[in-house]
Amino acid sequence: MTQGKHTINLTLKVWRQNGPGDKGRFDTIPVRDVETHMSFLEMLDWVNETLTMEGKEPIAFDNDCREGICGMCGCVVDGVPHGPAKAMTLCQLHMRKFDDGDVIAIEPWRARAFKVVKDLIVDRSALDRIIQAGGYISINAGNAPEANAVPIPMGMAEKAMDAAACIGCGACVAGCPNASAMLFVSAKISQLALLPQGRPEAAQRALKMVATMDAEGFGNCSNHRVCEAVCPKSISIVNIARMNREYIKAGLVSEVA
Amino acid sequence: MNWLMQTLSSSIGKKLLMALTGLSFLGFLAAHLAGNLTIYAGPDAFNAYADKLQSLGPVLRVAEAVLLTFFTIHVVTGVFLFLQNLAARPARYAVSRNPGGKTLGSATMPYTGLLILVFVVFHLLNFTFVDKTGTTVFQIVAASFQNPVYVGLYVLAMVIVALHVSHGFWSFFQTLGLNHPKYMPLVSGAGIILSLVFGIGFGFLPIYIAFMA
Ligand code: FES
Repeated sequence: MTQGKHTINLTLKVWRQNGPGDKGRFDTIPVRDVETHMSFLEMLDWVNETLTMEGKEPIAFDNDCREGICGMCGCVVDGVPHGPAKAMTLCQLHMRKFDDGDVIAIEPWRARAFKVVKDLIVDRSALDRIIQAGGYISINAGNAPEANAVPIPMGMAEKAMDAAACIGCGACVAGCPNASAMLFVSAKISQLALLPQGRPEAAQRALKMVATMDAEGFGNCSNHRVCEAVCPKSISIVNIARMNREYIKAGLVSEVA
Repeated sequence: MNWLMQTLSSSIGKKLLMALTGLSFLGFLAAHLAGNLTIYAGPDAFNAYADKLQSLGPVLRVAEAVLLTFFTIHVVTGVFLFLQNLAARPARYAVSRNPGGKTLGSATMPYTGLLILVFVVFHLLNFTFVDKTGTTVFQIVAASFQNPVYVGLYVLAMVIVALHVSHGFWSFFQTLGLNHPKYMPLVSGAGIILSLVFGIGFGFLPIYIAFMA
């Protein structure tokens, strides 16, 4: 294996916006000698170093763990949330996915429910408010109950875990042609609805979380399945079907209002 | 009944309305196609079918009223959803690409829907709300399809219907939450077959009539 350096030259077209009130614009930034071993965020760090040296404002972007588990990072790269690689967060994307001479457009998540805070950073607290509306179970504090007291079939546990893989990054909203948050909400509803511990509050949860989702100004689902394609955790739209079922049951059959 | 309004006016409720009314149109299309196929048995068979349909009287009127109501719900809800979805993303992306998922059918749903609305009005003015004294339904239809523009328009309309159905059929199941690993491949397949049946079944009729008459 050759261990030599691989470098490429790029042109970034980055969305710059000073604050929520600013109109915003694209800045064209030529970047030379990008090492292909860098992650996308390391590349941005590197660009920011140069910008800072030049006395310019660095590009603001969200990130935290940089190992694909926290859900903080994410921009729309060349029209695709989290960039061209499937099932991958932006922090896990490496520059070897790009070619020398590429022009890369970098934009923030765009949705009415996600206001731009600065440059590539958006306010995703709308997702938190959906969770606060019902994305939890109520249990008495105290000793943890015996783990095997409630039997859960392996298949169910697996499905719940698949839904629970959602890191709440918002890529589904960003990718959806309608800026709908249904994949996110359905994953959060599903991870609890599938387990016995989640059943007592299932109807209440479905009604409240969907009502909050609507009130936050997200769009409606038209079954395009783009969300599923851009989700870094490959969460399936089967969860949306489950949410629809849960919601219809809760609204039309359950006694909860 | 507050609970009912609340459920139906939510994002999922509106999808539910679209799905249920949409499914009823598939039933209508199937019945309409079955009737139209009598054309292959000759003008008399077709006229007899039209007379038989009219002789149903009140039953037909009720069916028409139900269809019209469903149609109105489908169109109004659809327009509402379309505008809401536009508003959900006030700032568009400078670069956008389909990363997978979106199909021609799904991407054009509001537009094919609108075109179908225009076509239905046109079609009704053409063949339904016309003076039928001293002539037969077949004569009216045959006369229209002497004009190649009509034939083209009708065939195009049927391609649009097929596109709409190709996304609509499986969407019905997804929206109602009728998603099952064993049946979903069947549903997707059936949707494609159904859209082909409607597209070809209806679309070939004007061509046949044009050449036969
Ligand atoms: S920074 Fe944590 S997932 Fe990317």
